[in-house]
Amino acid sequence: MGGWLKRHRWVVPYALLAPGVLWLVLFYVYPGIQMFISSFWSGTLETGFTFSLSNWTNYPEALSASSEQFVRSILYAGAATILTFLIAYPLAYTIAFKGGRYKALLLFLVVAPFFTSFLLRTISWKILLADSGILLAPLKAIGILPPEFRLLAEPIAVVSGITYNFLPFMTLPIYVSLEKIDHRLVEAAKDLYAGPWRPGGAIAGIVLGGVLGGVLGYIFEYPVPIWAGVWGIAGGLIGWLFISESFTRITFPLSLPGVFAGSLLTFIPAMGDYVNAEFLGNPSTRMIGNVIQNKFLVQNDYPEASALSFILMAGIIVFVAIYARALGTEALTTGRG
Amino acid sequence: MARTAAAPPVASGRARRAARRVDSASLFVYTGLAVVYLLLPVFVIVLFSFNDPAGKSNFVWQGFTLEYWADPLGVPGLPQAVSLSLLIAFVSTIVATALGTLIGIALVRYEFSLRGATNALIFIPMATPEIVLGASLLTMFVSIGGPPFFPLSAVTILIAHIMFNISFVVVTVRARLEGFPRHLEEAAMDLGANEWTTFWKVTFPLILPGIVAAGLLAFSLSIDDFVITNFTAGKVQTFPMFIYAKYRIGIPVEVNVIGTLIFAIAVGTVGVTTLARIRADARAR
Repeated sequence: MGGWLKRHRWVVPYALLAPGVLWLVLFYVYPGIQMFISSFWSGTLETGFTFSLSNWTNYPEALSASSEQFVRSILYAGAATILTFLIAYPLAYTIAFKGGRYKALLLFLVVAPFFTSFLLRTISWKILLADSGILLAPLKAIGILPPEFRLLAEPIAVVSGITYNFLPFMTLPIYVSLEKIDHRLVEAAKDLYAGPWRPGGAIAGIVLGGVLGGVLGYIFEYPVPIWAGVWGIAGGLIGWLFISESFTRITFPLSLPGVFAGSLLTFIPAMGDYVNAEFLGNPSTRMIGNVIQNKFLVQNDYPEASALSFILMAGIIVFVAIYARALGTEALTTGRG
Repeated sequence: MARTAAAPPVASGRARRAARRVDSASLFVYTGLAVVYLLLPVFVIVLFSFNDPAGKSNFVWQGFTLEYWADPLGVPGLPQAVSLSLLIAFVSTIVATALGTLIGIALVRYEFSLRGATNALIFIPMATPEIVLGASLLTMFVSIGGPPFFPLSAVTILIAHIMFNISFVVVTVRARLEGFPRHLEEAAMDLGANEWTTFWKVTFPLILPGIVAAGLLAFSLSIDDFVITNFTAGKVQTFPMFIYAKYRIGIPVEVNVIGTLIFAIAVGTVGVTTLARIRADARAR
């Protein structure tokens, strides 16, 4: 036995891989193929399904009925990805560069929410954002907000829920790539007269903040000029006060692999999420996940639901493939840039 | 840039240090706020496990009570849901950790031609939205239409959980294996140990922390999974499914008690294993 293995060493890795890979092929690859086949079905769960290529019409039918939710999913997931990035980057930066001996504790606090139920956390936001809840009631009482103002059941609540739930997925990869940066590079930049980025930082901040604020205002169905203005001012201030040349030239470019990994880890699950939209939204904030879930588990309309899932997956695979080509799968899966 | 060349020499050391201190202070304040933001919902979950709601819904704070902590499983269906979740988490963790560790070892330790394909097969399930994982398994189970796949049951949930956990185990174990001190194995072989002995006496103890970390991750992913479980469960109910089912009619306070207990146990376990690892690393050095 031992002798045979020594002569056939090439067998060893395949023997180690076999059980796990077999499981993934049987219960990931094969179901994916089956879902594609099911998208060409017609019939019902009771009468049984039949396959026919002429059922390709499932695709245009499914798409035309839910194009609105598809577009909304892209917008909400995109907005949530940008917001998680904006919240996560300074957090990851502080942990990586200023964490000192509290690094491990801070990282632990970032992942701590994962130790409670995802559903309960989302329901907690329902309690926190409630019309007369702990956040809004005081502001309404002192007259800053009108009594009819609400966050819950608005698009902003859905996007906030997604942002909150996926924040650790953004923070950790950015932290990993920042942590690896050689501090001597930053020091060298400073020695070479890299200082505060002025007025460039302020101008970039105003432009980026203005555009982002405008887009978010549009997605949240709030007045776009006000949002663009407020975000522009905030962006300008941050750019003026905090953005240095060593950051734009050294730190940020070197952290891009983490930013890309984090944005994928946020955007992809956000595209398929339906819990936030269901718990925190209203019928007009439904996302594509809600449609798929409803068609599969309530209406039992497997063919159209499969077609929608396939479109969702195909879109994501194209998106990831372009990205993996740019960075390499190994770098992506191991988080090394 | 011309501007930098023309600009006056850098500000004095004191001004620079002062600016850096302001930067640090703002970052620390920000980080404090971010941590509060991250933990706020957890705090709400814990707080509302002590609530004494007037009606069925547990959304508004009414008053303090320990009533539900005295009997956290006193709701019909809840004990079954919790024990099913625990069972599935235990079994899927053990199976996925075993399968994933073997793949991790193969990927780090051996050269073989299907490496790229294997990496892709590990990565793509993690890049698939949960709803697609659940939906594709559901169509497969329905199209096969016979036992053990149909009707859906705890077995189909288990199949799904093992599937999505494998990738996470591989990634975790591989990260630990990559910084592995190969010379220790070579030393053991030089001292006459065969491959089998070397693996169990040298390699395995050293990668065990990675395997434990992977197992903890798999367990927590499994016990909290809702979306994939919802698609593969049929009539049985896990703890997250119990929460979802009760959402419309009012979530019992007992659910918050269980949620708080799970949080406390998870934090305790991770705390203990982290401390143990730090001590082991210190001893190794």
